[in-house]
Formats: sequence, structure tokens, C-alpha cells
Amino acid sequence: MHAIEVDHVFRIYQKYSARHRFQTFKSALVKGDLFRALRPDELVTALDDVTLSVEKGQTFGVIGENGSGKSTLLKLIAGIAKPTKGEVRTQGKISALIELGAGFHPEITGRENIFINGIMLGLTKKEISAKFDDIVAFAELEEFIDAPVKTYSSGMYMRLGFAIAINVNPEILLIDEVLAVGDAAFVPRCLDRIDDFRRRKKTILFVSHDLTTVKKICDRVAWLKSGRVQMIGEPKRIVDAYLQDVAERQERSFERRQQEPAAAPDGQEERRENRWGKREIEITRVSLKNARGQERRVFTPEDSLVVEMDVVAHTPADDFVFGIGLFNSQGICCYGTNTQLEDYEAVSIQGEGKVVCRIETLSLVNGTYYLDVAIHKRDGYPYDYHRNLYSLLVSSTHKDVGIGRLAHGWSFSPGIGIKPPQG
Amino acid sequence: MARIFRNLRELYRYRVLIQNLVARELKARYRGSVLGFLWSFFNPLLLMIVYTAVFGLIITPRDPDFESKPLVYALYLFCGILPWHWFASSTLESANVLMINGNLIKKILFPAEVLAVVTVTSNMIHFFFGLPIVLIFIPILGKTLTPYVLLLPVVVFVQYIFSLGFSLMISSLTVHFRDIKDILANWLTFWFFATPIVYPMTFSSIQKSAALRTILNLNPMTHIVQGYQYCLFYGSLFHWKRLGITLLASLALFIVGYLIFDRLRDSFPEEV
Repeated sequence: MHAIEVDHVFRIYQKYSARHRFQTFKSALVKGDLFRALRPDELVTALDDVTLSVEKGQTFGVIGENGSGKSTLLKLIAGIAKPTKGEVRTQGKISALIELGAGFHPEITGRENIFINGIMLGLTKKEISAKFDDIVAFAELEEFIDAPVKTYSSGMYMRLGFAIAINVNPEILLIDEVLAVGDAAFVPRCLDRIDDFRRRKKTILFVSHDLTTVKKICDRVAWLKSGRVQMIGEPKRIVDAYLQDVAERQERSFERRQQEPAAAPDGQEERRENRWGKREIEITRVSLKNARGQERRVFTPEDSLVVEMDVVAHTPADDFVFGIGLFNSQGICCYGTNTQLEDYEAVSIQGEGKVVCRIETLSLVNGTYYLDVAIHKRDGYPYDYHRNLYSLLVSSTHKDVGIGRLAHGWSFSPGIGIKPPQG
Repeated sequence: MARIFRNLRELYRYRVLIQNLVARELKARYRGSVLGFLWSFFNPLLLMIVYTAVFGLIITPRDPDFESKPLVYALYLFCGILPWHWFASSTLESANVLMINGNLIKKILFPAEVLAVVTVTSNMIHFFFGLPIVLIFIPILGKTLTPYVLLLPVVVFVQYIFSLGFSLMISSLTVHFRDIKDILANWLTFWFFATPIVYPMTFSSIQKSAALRTILNLNPMTHIVQGYQYCLFYGSLFHWKRLGITLLASLALFIVGYLIFDRLRDSFPEEV
């Protein structure tokens, strides 16, 4: 039994050119092309032959980059937009959490807004009255419910929006990235409610960038890529494939960035914020490899990371230090070292050479990391400093958190009943 | 045509929403102001005082209908200004209504014409708030309230259809042509004076010029406003034939407006 069926759906957006933007009614009348002005100049395909079906009671995730058509798909299923071609069939009442609190009127009270918003979402007055206390309690707004909504904080606003939408009690719940804005205390409660929905065998369509949550709560996942369904299937497999794809694209854009400086004239190069130094000794190429010597951008914490630098000393030098630094996405240095700190003594360098730094076990938690590489003098004078120019992704099934993944193990005294993980 | 009927049935299903949105509109309008709902009475009253001062005291009315009394003239003015105000503000507001409520159109599933209906309806209720003032002043000024007052709903109905048709057309076109709003403001001033509100049709200058009469008679608002004037000020039967034709014209406008609205509907979520 399918709750949602999307059958060869195309959605083509009309894009009006810049000329049209400044089109006025007067000029359209003067030129006599009123009807032509109402026709779009350019078409943008947001969904390109999308077919998928969601079974009743299933939690279905949709992932993909920004602009891949996820939200468009959701809007089509919600019925807010219509497919240009193809058909969307749904069974049962739908509630869409696309934007929480859309349609709240700032001047009137929370109480009045609950009624109006509830009615917009398809509840009757009676139903809202019955659920009113639940909604207020869930949103934790007992004290403020008779204050105008304009006095609410954005968190209160969101909580109220979520509380109403979740209480519509739909057969199908569409969730679009709304949890991204919640505070730390509220999001788990939202997830609880969503879990509750799953237990009651309701259908959920979940659009998110939060891949961990997607893996955790979804039964199936579809990956959209520029309007097309790239893959559908078991969450872990799809999420991994998606991450791989993201990493590959990062790799490609990284390569493009690599080639850019060569093409740019010297003067401009210096201004690049993420690379500086006079380049008496230059790093011409950096490659990240795994233990088997294959170039990679995605690693597991157990992998080795081999950083290879091709260097050229344009003038002979005897004062040089090679260094690397690994930063996480918050800019925290996870690890940094150089040849000086490790008491290597520079003697001479001339012409081309290769420097390899081998990290036996990466031991980092999941996330994106940025690599700094540098050659500088002992006193810090930079020859060539590459800041955050290289990125790598650590991806694994581990869910642990922190900066580094410290090697560890658990043991328990016999009195404690605890089962080891399966598999 | 079949589509219009289907849409109208759909619209009927949303009556509770319309009802609540109208209530919200009315509540929100004066929330935070000291006088609150009283503004619904004061606004037209102040407007009437201004017009009375200008047209009643500075430019004295010559028409025998007004018995040369400024206050009687003010009453006549009021009978026209009140419904005009309903029409003008619902038209102006509908030019903006889809943009202001853009987040609703983009995020929530409901027929966008609800917004046009809400605009016209909430302004109609404002108009209703002004009516008691007229009804109180009629006996005070020595005029008599005749049973023809009971025909008011007919005139209101014609104006409602006309305003709604106009609102549908304006609101959907403004999404694509934002300058309609500015054109409209000027056009409404002209339209106001092209409707017998500050002057009666019985003025000799109008009666003498056939061209002027034709122009005024081609304006649907002429017959609507005159409908009010007959029911309230003159206390006699309106020209039911003319009003009937106006109703037909209003229905035609409504259908055209709805067709335009329907045609442009799919572009709203992207353009507002």
C-alpha cells in the first residue's frame, strides 16, 4: 500500500529574465505585449523525471545538496505546487512542516494564531479546542499564550509552529529541514514526537541535511541530484554514496583551485588569503593518499593518511621547516607538527624534492577537516604557506564525538548486565 | 466556466478560514491603537467633516436637494463616501495582498483567492460599521428613513461582486506588474471624481451635457453609489434596471477577473 506515489514527475520553473523584472504594466501596455510579458523567458528544470513511492507507515528520507529539488518535491507532494508533467498521488491527510509558523500574524495573540494556523492546516475549530492545551504545553508557552506573537522570541515562534503542525495528526507528515533551527532542548522533543508518529505507523517524508538523523530514523532514503533521483534504498548505503559523491566533488573543485594559481599572474597570487609567502621554496603539489598509496579525500578513522608534498627550492637554502596542521570545521587545530618541533635539523635544499608525512592511524571523529601545509624558516618567516587549501572527509559508522578518536575499549564487572554491540 | 464553479465550491469549503482571517484582519488592524474599533467610526466621520467644510461651507451647495444646508449635504456625501471607501481600500489592499501573504502562498496549501475574498470582506465589515452613523443622522437632519432602506443588501451584493472581481484581477496582475499599485492610486482619485459622490447626477451642468451623462453612466460605480443614495438619502426606489445591468457587468468582471487569477495562479509561489 503506497501512501505517496510520485510518477514520472517533472517540475519546470519559469524564470523571468532580468528584462522582465523591470517590466512594468505601463510598458507592457505601451509595447502591446501584455500577454507575451506574462510568458516566461527561460525554464529551469527543478525536478527531472522523478519517480518514487513511499509505503504506508514508512519513514522516507530525501537527501541532496541545496538546489537539488528536495523542497520542490516536498511542495509537490504537499500540493502547494503542481507538477508540470507527471502525477503525484497521496493517500490520507497531509501536514507539511515546511516553514514553522508560516502565516502567524504578529499583531494577534498566540491563542488566536493557534486557531487560524490550525484551520489553515486543515483542522476544525472543535479539533483545535480539544488539542489546544496539548499544543500550548508542548510549545511551553502557557504564560505567553495571550500575548501578541510579535513579542515572541524566534524559538517560541518555532515551538508554537511545530506544536500546531504536529497536532494536526496527519496520515502523512512532511518535514523540511525545520529541525535545523531548533534549540538543543527542543529538537530531541521534536524527534520524540516524530518517533511517536513512526510507532503509530504514520508515513513520514523527511528532508534533511542532517545525515546522522536521516540514517537513524529513516527506513528508506532517496538521493536527489540536480532534480533527478540518483539512488533509492537502504539509508546507510545511500548516505555513504552521497558522502562519497560530495567528497569527489570537493576533490574536483580542489583540483580546479590547485590549477588556478598557475594560471594567475604572480601579483594576484600573493593576495590570495589562503596562500602566502614569497615562495623561495614552493609547494607545487599536495596529495592525500591512503596506506595503499591511492589518492583519496574520504578516509575512515582507521585509515592512514599520507600527505605528500612536491617542493621546489628556487634558491638553495639551509633554513627551512616543513609543517602540517589538521583543523576541523570549527577551526580547532586537531593536530599540528613540523620538522623543527621534532628536532629535525635542516641542512640544505635545492631544486625539486618530495616530502612525505605519514600518519599511521588518522583517529579522528566524523567530519570535514582542513589541512595546512607550510614551508617556513625557523623564525617563522614563510616561504610558502597553504592555509586550509586541502580538505578531507572522515566518514565512518562510529557515532562518537570530540576532536580525536582516542583508541579505547570498554570492560564491565560481571554484575553489570550490558550487551556488546551486534556485528 | 466549469472550473470557476469547482473553485467556488472549493472556496466554500474554506469559509471557516475566511471567517477567521477576516476576524484576524479586523482585530489586527486597530490592535495597539487607543481607540481600537472606534476608528472604524472615526475615519469616515473625519473624512465627512473635511468634505463638509470644503464643499458645504466654502463652496456652498446650490442644489435644491440639499436645501442649502451644509449638514444635509454632508449626509449625501456620506452615503457615497462610505461605499466608495469600501471599494477603494479593498482595491488598494488587494494590490498588495498576495505579496504580503507570500509566505502563506509558498508554504501552506490553500487557494490564494481566499486572500482576495478576505480583503473585500473585511473592508465590507468596516463599511457596515460606518452605516449606523448614517442611519442615526438621517432622522436627526429631518430626513425620513423609508422602507427602501431594506433594499440595501441588494446594492451591497452588487458592489461585493464588483469589488471581488476587480480585486481578483488586480491582485493577480500586480504579482507580475508591481507598478499597478501606483497606477491604481492615481486612477482611484480620478475614478472617485468620476462617480457622483461629491455631486449629485441632478446637477444642471451634468443634465445639460449628454457626453458627461454617458461617461458617468458607463461607470459601474455610479449606479452602485446611486443605489445607496436612493436607499438612504432620497428614500426611494433605485433604478433597478440600471442596477441590474451593473450586476451583469459585475458578474462579467468577476468571471474575467477569476479567469486571469486562475491563469496566473501557478506562478504565484515563485513570483510573490
